[in-house]
Amino acid sequence: MVNALSFDRRDFLKSGAATGVALLVGFRLPAGTRTDDAKAQEKPVINPLNAWVRITPDNHVTLILGKSEMGQGVMTALPMILAEELSLDWKDVRIEQAATDPKIYELGTGGSGSVAGSWLPLRQAGAAAREMLITAAAARWNVDPDTCVAKDGGVVHGARKDFLTYGELVGEASKLPVPDVKTVQLKNSNNFTVVGKDTLRVEAKNKIDGAAKFGIDSRVPGMQFAVVARCPVFGGKLKSFDATKAKSVGGVRDVIKIEPVDKGAFTAGGVVVLADNSWAAIEGRKALKIDWDEGHAKNESTDTLRKQFLENAAKPGKIVRNDGDADAALAGAAKKIEATYEFPFAPHATMEPMNCTVHIRPDGAEAWVPTQAPQWAQDIIAGVSGLPKESVVVHTTLMGGGFGRRYQGDFVMEAAQVAKATGKPVMVLWTREDDMQHDFYRPASYHKLHGAVAKDGTVACWKHFQTSTSIDAMWGDKGEAEAEKSEFATAAFIPYQTPNFRVEYALAKSAVPRAWWRSVEHSSSGFVVESFIDELAAAADADPYEFRLKIIGEDRTIPDFTNPKEGKPLNTARLKGVLKLVAEKSAWGSPLPKGVGRGIASYYSFETYTACVAEVSLENRIVKVHRIVYAVDCGRPINPAGVRAQVESAAIYGLSAALHDAITIKDGRVEQANFNDYDMPRMAETPKTEVYVVQSTEEPTGIGEPGLPVVTPAVCNAVYALTRKRIRRLPIQPEDLA
Amino acid sequence: MAVTFTLNGKSTTVDVDPQMPLLWVLRDTLNLTGTKFGCGMALCGACTVHINGEATRSCITPISSVSGKKITTIEGLADDASHPVQKAWIEEDVPQCGYCQSGQIMSAVALLAKKPNPTDADIDDAMSGNICRCGTYQRIRKAIHRAATLQTTT
Repeated sequence: MVNALSFDRRDFLKSGAATGVALLVGFRLPAGTRTDDAKAQEKPVINPLNAWVRITPDNHVTLILGKSEMGQGVMTALPMILAEELSLDWKDVRIEQAATDPKIYELGTGGSGSVAGSWLPLRQAGAAAREMLITAAAARWNVDPDTCVAKDGGVVHGARKDFLTYGELVGEASKLPVPDVKTVQLKNSNNFTVVGKDTLRVEAKNKIDGAAKFGIDSRVPGMQFAVVARCPVFGGKLKSFDATKAKSVGGVRDVIKIEPVDKGAFTAGGVVVLADNSWAAIEGRKALKIDWDEGHAKNESTDTLRKQFLENAAKPGKIVRNDGDADAALAGAAKKIEATYEFPFAPHATMEPMNCTVHIRPDGAEAWVPTQAPQWAQDIIAGVSGLPKESVVVHTTLMGGGFGRRYQGDFVMEAAQVAKATGKPVMVLWTREDDMQHDFYRPASYHKLHGAVAKDGTVACWKHFQTSTSIDAMWGDKGEAEAEKSEFATAAFIPYQTPNFRVEYALAKSAVPRAWWRSVEHSSSGFVVESFIDELAAAADADPYEFRLKIIGEDRTIPDFTNPKEGKPLNTARLKGVLKLVAEKSAWGSPLPKGVGRGIASYYSFETYTACVAEVSLENRIVKVHRIVYAVDCGRPINPAGVRAQVESAAIYGLSAALHDAITIKDGRVEQANFNDYDMPRMAETPKTEVYVVQSTEEPTGIGEPGLPVVTPAVCNAVYALTRKRIRRLPIQPEDLA
Repeated sequence: MAVTFTLNGKSTTVDVDPQMPLLWVLRDTLNLTGTKFGCGMALCGACTVHINGEATRSCITPISSVSGKKITTIEGLADDASHPVQKAWIEEDVPQCGYCQSGQIMSAVALLAKKPNPTDADIDDAMSGNICRCGTYQRIRKAIHRAATLQTTT
């Protein structure tokens, strides 16, 4: 049952949630469920009064959420857009998760793309619904629709002083022809009353009284709880097992095996213990005797990987970009610097471990999945069960964190396999150890930078060599042949002017699974670029903030080199805008208490501009971050309160990988297992964080991830300002501060 | 083994393996899923409940050890989320993914019961066992201070 599912995140990101065909672009569906592409891309006319807004005759309004809520706030921000166009009173609306119906919804949630991708389509849907309701009211009153306006959840006719609630109109309105969404009149943004206002998270109450249902809270009558024993070595396979003792553990009902699934789901297969409750399953697994074929990767380690990095770095790489002549410029430069930067694998470590509940019956299937990719989950379950997709109902649950981990299909595949084998409803639960040791990690990478400062204080050359365990080597359509595609992003179109700019790449091979970790390649690219520009500023004896402004230079747009067709250009005026704002808010240049250092970074990712200033001190060679100030420009902020929360969150997530632990490999397996050996920031380490949001009227852009890439370089640049020591490998080691 | 205890004010008896952790009894036997599984080793605090008023990690608490004791979970904290800590959590817009917040709230309530006006250092100490991967710590701190005020004014 190997399903050749392949998915390229960029396809989803760049084809845009708006088109509704993104997943079909990225996926190759298993035989038997393959949809005719042309037919699938012909979007039927969607009635917004069914798909996006449901109004009952007694005037209860329900807005449909077509994305997954994992903490990033889409359950609030996206319905706000609909409520705005419909002139609804925000406090009266209810929100419901969309069904997994690919004909109507594009449910994939990732790439900080939900608000950016939904902004226009949801405005159009809301405006179309409003127009239908107004048309119905005008017909009732026998007046010109242009004399009617939507207000307070109904339609009002000024001259007649008449008011009809949407509930009174919906019966007629929903039968009207759907206006062309391309020409429907959108609300004038000067009249916005919902969009742009700080709005409390709608599902917050359920998250503080225990009522919120996450995937792990799914309960189905007759369900079993299961855990899977997977080969601890990546790529290893099951040889044989003895379940005698496991079966004698109280509460254990059965022990079965599941097959590994290759490209797409990338599951290891293994031995499944099914029980009456989670604990019995966990205890049963401890009693299994398993003989693994550890496979080819059993000798891989962090050390062997580093050796590969160094070998790769000693040779020229594949040329990704080559403007001017970097080598000649370097040879002739007065002041030149070289630096290497290193990153380990990083785990997502969502607080809710992976889990998935599936029930496959002969006539249909139902699943409760904490997933960023409900349509993929539906495809997987359809593929495993042999049922038509339409018979597979996927309930997208709340998620205890996603950060990219829940874009995967592995945890769904395993649950589907177990459900298919048993015919009973089953939750496959991952323990923390399973989750930590069988993640799809942020790639490990090694970067070698060369740069030079010219006599006039400009950057004479910038040379960036990277070797990494690429994401696209694993996931991209062309695999290892285009491994560099997923690894540079903004590092290949830096805003810093230099006539000689060269980018090179070499793949490092690894059996460790890699994928999209919060901010993806920007997490390393941001650190490298923003550390190295700081090093160049120091070489030029310049203030790091002034140097950035000077080297960014005049207002212009810089094409997205990594993705020239669909990526939006970097606008240097907006980048300088956040730099200036953060400098002002952080009082850049003002005196600091003794023992405190200040650093700065700015960056462009997910079409959003961020700048960050950090203030740090050292206590026994441990970095203490006291204060972080952010300025962000993510276009029009839909819910500014949500924007600030996301940036605060990304700061802590970034600091986790900078100040705490790494995922290391030994004997082909992950050495860390739980929060004792992979710890993360806690209350006492939390800096005071301030976030300033630019009140822009540009199109809204992403905010779940862009806060991350700037925080670590800002902190490490602050460490340099304090100590004159450069941090060039993460996480920060006390010996690097000696 | 039958174990009887008071759960959110009601006498409750379960008949399970005496070693079964309270966490799994709550979640899988009694279907009270507000208490969360995070690590299974008392490292993250997601499973925090009150046992006789003390904040306790239910994931390493064998059910046999709670016989005759009073257990409060997030579901039993107050009617209609009216506890000052819950109100403060809403007002400070604390939760993001929300998964750790049951445990955070139970730890905060236990802190405020002992120290009605905690200092930042008190908060650092009492909350250090609770991980939030969304990094809502700054808001949790503010919410605890706010709850302290709410408690004294209501």
